[in-house]
Parts: sequence; structure tokens; C-alpha cells
Amino acid sequence: MVQFTLPKNSKIRTGKTWPRPAGSNVRKVQIYRWDPDTGENPRVDSYFVDMDSCGPMVLDALIKIKNEIDPTLTFRRSCREGICGSCAMNIDGINTLACIYGMDEVKGDVKIYPLPHMPVVKDLIPDLTHFYAQHASIMPWLETKTNRPAKEWRQSIEDRKKLDGLYECVMCASCSTACPSYWWNSDRYLGPAALLHAYRWIIDSRDEATPERLDQLEDPFKLYRCHTIMNCTKTCPKGLNPAKAIAEIKKMMVERVV
Amino acid sequence: MADVKHIDRPLSPHLQIYRPQLTAITSILTRITGNALIVATVLIVWWLLAAATSAEYFAFVDGLLQSWPGRIVLTASLWAVWYHYLAGLRHLWFDSGRGLDIATAEKLGWGVIAGAFVLTALTLLVI
Repeated sequence: MVQFTLPKNSKIRTGKTWPRPAGSNVRKVQIYRWDPDTGENPRVDSYFVDMDSCGPMVLDALIKIKNEIDPTLTFRRSCREGICGSCAMNIDGINTLACIYGMDEVKGDVKIYPLPHMPVVKDLIPDLTHFYAQHASIMPWLETKTNRPAKEWRQSIEDRKKLDGLYECVMCASCSTACPSYWWNSDRYLGPAALLHAYRWIIDSRDEATPERLDQLEDPFKLYRCHTIMNCTKTCPKGLNPAKAIAEIKKMMVERVV
Repeated sequence: MADVKHIDRPLSPHLQIYRPQLTAITSILTRITGNALIVATVLIVWWLLAAATSAEYFAFVDGLLQSWPGRIVLTASLWAVWYHYLAGLRHLWFDSGRGLDIATAEKLGWGVIAGAFVLTALTLLVI
């Protein structure tokens, strides 16, 4: 449901400002904080990071803050090279991966929030349970009916090429949580990430469940809440195009009835 | 998650913090102009209805609509008609699976906004 304002328990207050170190290359970093143990509302804390002793990426600054200033700061991270999708967050107003987003790409103060319109577990960690369940619902695996081949399911080079721009998705949830339609209707709308994955299996030449997959998506909400707002494509840190994938599914829906 | 205690989790901020995107603005403007035009349609119908009722009543409604606030509303409605029309064409193009890379979509977006102004000016010149 559309609710433009934040619920009462989610309103953000001004938080603590940490001391500013000496140095000529200090950046101010403002970070959303919420501690489930206090029962208080979320707040935004201000930290100062000396970039002369910090790595270039936003994740480097977060790790430096956690190591040297405030060990209670909580965020997910793992690979630090844009392949695991763990450190997705809202940086400077857009969703991206902290590990591959440079501090120098942000003008002025660096504002960091969790992925938008999600339940917060703690600080920059959103609850992705529902997001993963939606991914599971589109059957993200090869569905076959014919007998299993002796060795492997073969695919031509041309057919394999159709998966380029789709298989690279790391499920970081940046696109879905950038989508206003997903904000208002995530209970029923699958969102760009799950739909991109749905398309990845629909056009896989080896998959034999295309009609069933399309049947499953033929729904006013699951697929058709996409209004081509395109925040998904604009924000994807991997440069993929969920909006295009969704448009292709919609086209297949029309093509199979005409 | 393993915690059994019920926790009233906050909702992370969304509209409050998300940087406005051209493609999102052009999308919501399509909806806003569409809804605003319902009001504009009612105004026009009221105008016609007044003309069919009596000379005095028409003079009253005509005076309202021809006043400067009335003219602003009618000019804005004209812009909304053109915007909604052009944005609709852009959406049809999108639905064909074309123009969905960001560079093209943003070009088309600016085109729709500028085009609506140009066509509004042209219409005002003609009428």
C-alpha cells in the first residue's frame, strides 16, 4: 500500500557526532543507525574519516569506522569486489554496492542508509527474507521433462548468449529496493530482481517449463506492477537491465495469445 | 532468523532519501497529468453545460475560466494533455521492448517534457 511517510517507529532522529580528526583530507560520513536492543527510533550518526589513511571505496571507509571509531556499527560485507552482493546499501541517494562505489564519486557529505523501504535488522542490515522467498517462487533452476541426457544438457553458443546480461545478477536487492512499485506493493509484486531471474530461466533454451513459468507470472501484481519507472536499471551496480527483461516477459505474454 | 522475541522493526527510509531519477519523474508525471486531466475534463464539460443552460450562466462560468487563474489552469491542462499523450507514446515504445537502455530512456524523457512545452506553445499560437 502506498504510504509516503515513515511509520512512527521509523522516523529518523539526529544522532551522535563523533570527533573530527586533524588532517586536510577528512570526509564527513553520515550513517543510519538502529539498535534493536534499545527500543529507540533510528538515528543518523556523523563520523569523520581521514581519507589519507583510508582505502578508496565506501566499504573501506565503513570498515575503517568500525575498526577505529565505533565497533558497534553493523553492516554486511564479504567479497569486497562486487561479486557477492552483501554490501548493497543506499549511498548518496542511490542503491549500490559499497565495495565498488568510490568515496570520490560522492560530492559533499557521504550519506549512507540501508536499502530503502525494508524492515531493518540492525543499522545498515535489511531483512531480505521476503526478497529471497520471492526469488525462490520463480523456480530459479532448470526444469526439464525429457529424459536426462547421458552427459549434460547441451546449448548452442547463440542460445548461451541470450543469458548474457542476466546470469551476472548477484541478488544484492539494489534494483528491487529502488523501485517505487516494489516499495508500495512488495507483498504481491515480485520486483525487478526476481523477474530478471524469471526471464533468465524463461529464455534458457534447455528449460522446458516456459509455459508454466509464464502462467505463474500472468497476474495483475506479480509482473504487471512494473510501470517502467526504470529506477532498477539506473541503479544496478552490475550494469544489468531488469526493466528490459521485464518488458521481454510482457512481450512473450502478448505473443502467446495472439 | 533465530530470535523468537517479537521486534518492532523500523522501515528504512525510501522517498525521503532516494535521489530523484528522471525516468521515475517522467513516470509519475504521466499518472499525475492523467488524474489532473479528469478535473480539467469536468471543467470543460461544466463550460459546455453552462453554454447550454442560459446566457447569464455561461457568462458567469466563462468569466471564471477566462480570468487569469482560469487561464493558468487551462494552459496547464493543455500542457498536461500534450505531456500525457507524448508519455503514452513513449510507454508504447517501451512496451515493444525498445528504448529501454538508460541513455535512450532519458533522452526520450527529456524529449517528452520539452515536446509538451513546444506543442503547448504551438497550440496557444493556433487558437
